[in-house]
Amino acid sequence: MSRTYYTKDHEWLTLESDNVGVVGITNYAQEQLGDLVFVELPEIDREVGAGEEVGVVESVKTAADVKSPVSGKVVAQNEALADAPESVNESPMNEGWMFKVELSDVSELEGLLSEEQYQELIGG
Amino acid sequence: MAESSTALKTPLYDLHVELGAKMVEFAGYMMPVSYPAGIIKEHTHTREKAGLFDVSHMGQVRLIGPDAAAALETLVPGDILGLAEGEQRYTLFTNDQGGILDDLMVTNDGSSLFLVVNAACKEQDIAHLKQHLSDRCEMQILEDRALLALQGPTAAKVMESFAPELNKLTFMKGAFATLNGAECFVTRSGYTGEDGFEISVPADQCEALAKALLAHEDVEPIGLGARDSLRLEAGLCLYGHDLNTDTNLVEANLKWVLSKPRRSGEAREGGFPGAEATLKEFADGSSRKRVGIQPEGRAPVREGAEVLTLEGEKIGEITSGGFGPTVGKPVAMGYVATEHAAVGTKLKVLLRGREIAAEVVPAIFVEHRYFRG
Repeated sequence: MSRTYYTKDHEWLTLESDNVGVVGITNYAQEQLGDLVFVELPEIDREVGAGEEVGVVESVKTAADVKSPVSGKVVAQNEALADAPESVNESPMNEGWMFKVELSDVSELEGLLSEEQYQELIGG
Repeated sequence: MAESSTALKTPLYDLHVELGAKMVEFAGYMMPVSYPAGIIKEHTHTREKAGLFDVSHMGQVRLIGPDAAAALETLVPGDILGLAEGEQRYTLFTNDQGGILDDLMVTNDGSSLFLVVNAACKEQDIAHLKQHLSDRCEMQILEDRALLALQGPTAAKVMESFAPELNKLTFMKGAFATLNGAECFVTRSGYTGEDGFEISVPADQCEALAKALLAHEDVEPIGLGARDSLRLEAGLCLYGHDLNTDTNLVEANLKWVLSKPRRSGEAREGGFPGAEATLKEFADGSSRKRVGIQPEGRAPVREGAEVLTLEGEKIGEITSGGFGPTVGKPVAMGYVATEHAAVGTKLKVLLRGREIAAEVVPAIFVEHRYFRG
């Protein structure tokens, strides 16, 4: 099974190959935001840095940045979210994925949180 | 979730928690921002059936005495002397420049003027009333009363089983009634654009009444989040955002709030703080105006976003913006220079450094469905 990493800013990253990670926001994050109405995703081929603001999620009430957990190049985005931002609320870890990033430095994963550490962070 | 130890609780606090509400501090009170259904479902439910809102954080004041109406007219631009028993009016407290200190509802309940003011302004409003009116009328601050709003197209059907006589009330009328054994004062009014009622109820009987109303199959609890999206779609102003001390009623596109008898050349011309400036602007027009703004696409534009001409010149700012669940797209209002305020004017809004195409539209995104008899 592939491993999932987390950030303190409530993104998750699951490796789908040795150096490509799928990124989204956590269930905790979507609960805090409430019903999402708009998702802005990074363009394919964009070079992103770890912790860089690359997207935005908008709920009825508020907007929040989405950061890339790692450095690399964006290789895919979940186009279905343009018409169905509610997928992030309904399935934040699966259908609600946001983009895929090809890691430029796999060792950055060591700086991310494990499932246990993340659960501790959110008081779960 | 930041629960402040100093935040006050309304009489429905325990019920909100029991219903699973997400509680936030708002204007010094712990209030439900949403329930487990979520803002969009709550919003839609209110447009389709009936929603129950706890608005007990708002201030309720009674002004009593034969001189109360004339006295209140010295602070507001509305016709208060002309309010017949059971009639309600929306008006504004103004400052000496005509800037807006707060917006409020005033109802002649037969024995007093019943005022409902914004939670965030109530201390300042009460001080203002005391300072200017205490030698002309008696003032009661109704701290022992809670306030509920029942809003939506089936609100009247729900009311049928509590106090059917209230369904005779038309929009902006009020009456005393016994609801679930509690002596209430009820007005046919609200903040959603829908038909509905606002119910002033003794604090100690509020929870029982709220539970009885919620027991009706059509009624769901609605939080402040949906209250905001509902009022924004209905084009209703939110004090502190769309109205403040730097805006006057002409700029705010609320010229109708200056009641006819208070206008130039009429029986009780002016006579409220800032009347001279207000009447002048009423006649000459203002240099900027509140309008509805429809951004293209799905991305909401928020309060504070700059409004630009097609050439990129800044001509105004968004004061309220978000997503309208009923219209299914973003909705906003803001102030723009009057020469760009005509409906249909093409504009741009600056969103995170990018220019979004937008258009001036009437500041009403969903039709009002008030009961006018």
